[in-house]
Amino acid sequence: MNSRLRDFRRLGWFTLRRVLALFVTVLIGVYLTILIANMGGKVDELRKIQIRATVSESVRADPAFMEMSSEERNELIQKQVQLRIEQRNLDEPFIWRSFDYLAQAIQLDLGRAEEMHSDTGSRAVYDIIVERLPATLLLFGTANLLVFFVSVYAALYLSRRYGSRLDRAVIGLAPSSAAPAWFYGIFLILLFAFVVPVLPAGGMVDIPPPEDPWLYAWSVLEHLVLPVIAMFLSSIFISIYSWRTFFLIHSSEDYVEMARAKGLPSSLIQSRYILRPTLAPIITNFLLMLIGLWSGAIILEQVFNWPGLGTLLFQAIGYRDTPVIIGGVVIFAYLLAVTVFMLDFLYAILDPRVRIEGGDQ
Amino acid sequence: MNRWMQGLRELKGYPSAVGGLGIILFLVALSVYTVITIPYSEALDRWRGGEHWQMHPVNAGPVWADRLLGGNLPQTRVVESENAEVREAPFEGGKQVRIPLTFEYDNEGFPSELNLFLNQKGTQQEAFVRLTWHTPSGEAIPLGGQRVSEESRISISQNRALEGRLGMVPHVGLFAGDSDPADPEAERGEYRLTIDAMLFDPTAELEADLAVYGRVHGLAGTDYQRRDLMLALMWGTPVALAFGLLAAVGTTITTLVIAATGVWFRGWVDALIQRLTEVNMILPMLPILVMVGTLYSTSIWLMLGVVIALGIFSAGIKTYRAMLLPIREAPYIEAARAYGAGNARIILRYMIPRILPVLIPTFVTLIPTFVFLEASLAVLGLGDPQLPTWGKVLNDAQEQSALYNGFYYWVVAPAVLLMLTGLGFAMFGFALDRVFNPRLRTQ
Repeated sequence: MNSRLRDFRRLGWFTLRRVLALFVTVLIGVYLTILIANMGGKVDELRKIQIRATVSESVRADPAFMEMSSEERNELIQKQVQLRIEQRNLDEPFIWRSFDYLAQAIQLDLGRAEEMHSDTGSRAVYDIIVERLPATLLLFGTANLLVFFVSVYAALYLSRRYGSRLDRAVIGLAPSSAAPAWFYGIFLILLFAFVVPVLPAGGMVDIPPPEDPWLYAWSVLEHLVLPVIAMFLSSIFISIYSWRTFFLIHSSEDYVEMARAKGLPSSLIQSRYILRPTLAPIITNFLLMLIGLWSGAIILEQVFNWPGLGTLLFQAIGYRDTPVIIGGVVIFAYLLAVTVFMLDFLYAILDPRVRIEGGDQ
Repeated sequence: MNRWMQGLRELKGYPSAVGGLGIILFLVALSVYTVITIPYSEALDRWRGGEHWQMHPVNAGPVWADRLLGGNLPQTRVVESENAEVREAPFEGGKQVRIPLTFEYDNEGFPSELNLFLNQKGTQQEAFVRLTWHTPSGEAIPLGGQRVSEESRISISQNRALEGRLGMVPHVGLFAGDSDPADPEAERGEYRLTIDAMLFDPTAELEADLAVYGRVHGLAGTDYQRRDLMLALMWGTPVALAFGLLAAVGTTITTLVIAATGVWFRGWVDALIQRLTEVNMILPMLPILVMVGTLYSTSIWLMLGVVIALGIFSAGIKTYRAMLLPIREAPYIEAARAYGAGNARIILRYMIPRILPVLIPTFVTLIPTFVFLEASLAVLGLGDPQLPTWGKVLNDAQEQSALYNGFYYWVVAPAVLLMLTGLGFAMFGFALDRVFNPRLRTQ
């Protein structure tokens, strides 16, 4: 009992330290993002020009100001521009504003978008991003879970039959993972949306979306098939290959041989002697794969016109909507940080050594 | 050295290594050939489009694909007045010229466009030309007349009046003969376009080129700006290889040196490097690249710089660190310290070479990742503004809805080249992995 308490305390300490470290990491990462996003104040210049253009447009178009002389009007424009610049704090030096941005970004107060708005009409960057998040999670969650479970089971199967024809075929196919998912996506769209039009080429639901929830779900499912297959194809073989090698190394350990010699059934060997000790690295790999796939999201979503975070980021860049860009990158950074944290935490739970040594690395 | 030769000899036993190496050599040879035959500046200049391509068809497929499927679609042909029997009849203050442009047409389907390029030399006076179209069955169709100045292009395909009279677009109607207008079929035989021109200056000369644009062109086809895709496919090769190689070299070597430095100095240096790696892990690479590309410049060299900069503290540091830690304690390092070797010498000459063989496979498999990264950026519309690359061809194709319009060749050719590059390096890398990492071989 006592030892369990100690374990928990150590786990708690470890978690706390990791959270703090990750927080500092996220802080630096987000700050770097802000710096890159506004390198040399170039974006500010763009924004000022934009403000001037919209203000002078609105003043010229307003009949109330028609009577004014051009000097008066210019003065009015100047005043309004100044007002808006002050509203957006654009007159302060960038270095101060960058800390402002940072403080807000960390609190997930991502500000208001300049051009874009969410489907519900909200201008808050947070709303815009949150609206897109489920789409990304649905697509990447489905694909990753599928790849993960299929590859682990296939690898276990192959590691028992290594050297067989199937095994060699899978190894031979491993280099196919050199191409990213969007690349397979293009071909899948070509084949299944144009040559044999059975599946939709892009989007998330039919337009207009079906009223009936079941039909809606069916439509989403139909749109999900191609991008998920694309992601599956691009990572399944390399995944199987590396798991297979991994299991092969572990199934030749002495304690596994010992269990075999004792005559334990192979299913028990598999679950207790191979899977249990290797669980920590398996989880690690899964989460690392997630990290790799987050950044691949942009292009796959773009190719399939999937209304997720990646497409959003890309659109924001098209509008030069700085708050949305920074917001998007901040969210990506947070997702990555959460992934890394889960990695550490699960590792601490699964690997007894971390608990015993109190998380010293 | 012996070890490397042995490794190479061993590679011969792996068919995938031989295949991969073959593909890589082919790509390298193609790059060298491209760079020699089409100089850099010329490639950029041509890819910008315009004049150079005016005799090329729009969106024509590759010839071989059509012929393989048993088709016989027309290729572009240009009928020049130089080879025609020009008749001239002078009159006071000018001359009358008749240029018959004759050509044989025995293809299936119709041309994709008809343009007449006229060039009047030696005068400032405008000339007047009248065009008549003669079909093989002897029918004569007047195409109207118009004034021409020095250089002019008469776009017969866009002659709305003619289209109204024929009931079909001119480049179909003029070739359709008597066939059913709902399902027209090309009439084969000798066609003639007669140009009757009145030149109002006795010294003037008139040159005429009739371009009968085909539906297929060359090995790779053409795009919506009439550009020959072969140019982009060929120039894409050296660009892709250079980008992939430089990025791979840049990131691997810097990462390796930094990992070795951290391991050697330990203490706060190591801690700092570790923390920086963690920060870097959180920075989303592609969004940042996209951000830089949109806000600053999409120059391929800037992108390369950013890729390398972001790759310096990549997750690879952790792996290398694990490999280097035991080496640090090896007796030969101690010996080196004993004879007074400096820090830099120990890191660069003694520690790094030890793990190089293990790294080479990773390095080779890393190259296609960067090749695809460049293509990814281009597909997002962030390709280099000037260089023709595979990714940019894909991007153009996507913007023009090539798949929807059935221009499959436009997507397939660059995609196949990308895949070939990816496969070549990956196959070679995997085989190298088994040769240089003997632990995998026993499996």
